[in-house]
Amino acid sequence: MSFWEYANPRKFLTTSERVLPLVWGLAAITTLVGLVWGFFFTPDDFRMGSTVKIIFLHVPSALMAINAWFMMLLASIIWIVRRHHVSALAAKAAAPVGAIMTVIALVTGAIWGQPMWGTWWEWDPRLTSFLVLFLFYLGYIALWEAIEDPDTAADLTSILCLVGSVFAVLSRYAVLFWNQGLHQGASLSLDKEENIADVFSNPLYVCMVGFALLFLALVLYRTGTEIRLRRMKALIARERLEG
Amino acid sequence: MTLTVTDLSVTRGALPVLSGVSFAIVPGEALILRGPNGIGKTTLLRTVAGLQPAYAGSIAGAEDQIAYAAHADGLKPTLSTRENLKFWAQIFGVKDVTHRVSEALADFDLETLADRPAANLSAGQKRRLGLARLGVTGRPIWIMDEPTVSLDTSSVQRFAEVVQNHLQSGGSAMIATHIDLGLSGTELDLTSYKTAPQQLDDFDGAFL
Amino acid sequence: MIALLYRDLQLAFRAGGGFGLGLAFFLIVVVLVPFAVGPQSELLARIAPGVLWIGALLACLLSLDRVLALDWEDGSLDLLATAPLPLEAIVTMKSCAHWITTALPLVVISPLLGVLLHLPGGGYLWLVISLLLGTPALSVIGTFGAALTVGLKRGGLLLSLLVLPLYVPTLIFGAEVARRGAAGLAVETPLLMLAGISAASLAVLPFASAAVLRINLR
Repeated sequence: MSFWEYANPRKFLTTSERVLPLVWGLAAITTLVGLVWGFFFTPDDFRMGSTVKIIFLHVPSALMAINAWFMMLLASIIWIVRRHHVSALAAKAAAPVGAIMTVIALVTGAIWGQPMWGTWWEWDPRLTSFLVLFLFYLGYIALWEAIEDPDTAADLTSILCLVGSVFAVLSRYAVLFWNQGLHQGASLSLDKEENIADVFSNPLYVCMVGFALLFLALVLYRTGTEIRLRRMKALIARERLEG
Repeated sequence: MTLTVTDLSVTRGALPVLSGVSFAIVPGEALILRGPNGIGKTTLLRTVAGLQPAYAGSIAGAEDQIAYAAHADGLKPTLSTRENLKFWAQIFGVKDVTHRVSEALADFDLETLADRPAANLSAGQKRRLGLARLGVTGRPIWIMDEPTVSLDTSSVQRFAEVVQNHLQSGGSAMIATHIDLGLSGTELDLTSYKTAPQQLDDFDGAFL
Repeated sequence: MIALLYRDLQLAFRAGGGFGLGLAFFLIVVVLVPFAVGPQSELLARIAPGVLWIGALLACLLSLDRVLALDWEDGSLDLLATAPLPLEAIVTMKSCAHWITTALPLVVISPLLGVLLHLPGGGYLWLVISLLLGTPALSVIGTFGAALTVGLKRGGLLLSLLVLPLYVPTLIFGAEVARRGAAGLAVETPLLMLAGISAASLAVLPFASAAVLRINLR
């Protein structure tokens, strides 16, 4: 059985409907476990006190904010190359989720930054990059909304996504060059000896998995809605054509 | 150069409107498209002109052979009649620009208006200028969408003569029109090619 | 190709072509800044490179909706698409015309406006160089945005929303060159980056714009 079978809207709908309750459930359980573990069963950091615990919201949402864009990029490329409608609609469905994740990352970052750096906002490269990423999300969503014909919208937004990705990466480097920044280095990375302590990293991993599942559930659900909406529009157009 | 269209299906707003259209236009002939409003004449013309992709079927012999005239004439109001024509002649890369332009001006009786800005032309005069543009492109196949809109009787007569001359000198034309221009060629009624509502199929077609 | 460029320039310079609007806008923005931040010359001198860059960028943005929309409305774009010129060449010429009619005058007048903002003496040269190198990227990126929104009725606001994020890298490096130049620091790195962005945009974006235009013409 080929993976592309799921590009069939009907097959996608039936399968996603069957899988969705499971994904919702898993997402709820892992996120809850991760957050409760992180909030109530970890010690306070010796420097940051209890403020450190916002990391369990901040890092996973930031992770998903970026990965949502990657997913949109991938889906856009699939649409351009193979022209599966489901792929284009999945990209459309992921954009608002990604935008919200970006907002969560920015807001939690601000709340964390206030006691730590003494300021709500700092024009630090990471913060600035996320703000720029948010602007890219806004432009992408607005373009989808503005175009009536769904195929044209899919074509134009996927090209915007491609071009936008290049410019987003460029902005990242430009911003790094522009201001060296306050933000700490990555809390987790595979090639570093000195990661944050296991007491923090273990619940953090759970939270990351939870957010990823949550993202998956939201995108599957929203894609299903978009498919139905698209089909409804097509049926109305057919009716007009025949009538 | 013969324009051959085989089994062409065209779409408007992602919905197929015409399917299985086949015809050939040989040099010296005109094809007149007939059919009620909304049947897809404009869509078919745009597809043959290469402005939108065909949904199915093939078009041969159209590449770089077509001059297209749509409802909008593409005139710039601040340029004079002559400048407008000259621009299009240059864009299409014809060799004897000045000669072609004055010929086209004479064809459509625009000489007295040659130095007037296009903004000051009447609707019918603009239309004549838009049609004169076809002549300066040097392209053999003229595709025209309702070319006689806002033309008076004598202008329609003149236009029919110009097209007839074009056909006699080895050109061809494809015209969507409701009036009889008395041109040598065939008529094609599109009504019979109207796409029947398809059964909704299972794959991506479920959207159509 | 030259004919297209020539026609666009002709159209811009004739009555109603909108030539000079961008320039007037640039002037007004720069004049308004001291009203907003106060007349202290040290402060103005410090922010001058940034203000001039933002003003130029906004003036560029303001005129973008004319790049393709007029040709779209009167049907010229359809006719151009059937012409022997590839669409890539057409959009490149359109960007070129935009640059010559909008950006180049901004570059020329920017030192004058620098005087108004007390730009330090060493800054003028680098301001002009940075604008000269950066504005082609602004025009090309803007043409891409104009191509995306060409068929839309209220495309103006959307155009800004789409184009401004894409302007971020150009603005950062461009303003950085001007700022470092004014402060007498080394400008090589941002200057090279700015030139790189312009060159890469010029090389790649016309293809994206042409693809987008082809979709919109369908």
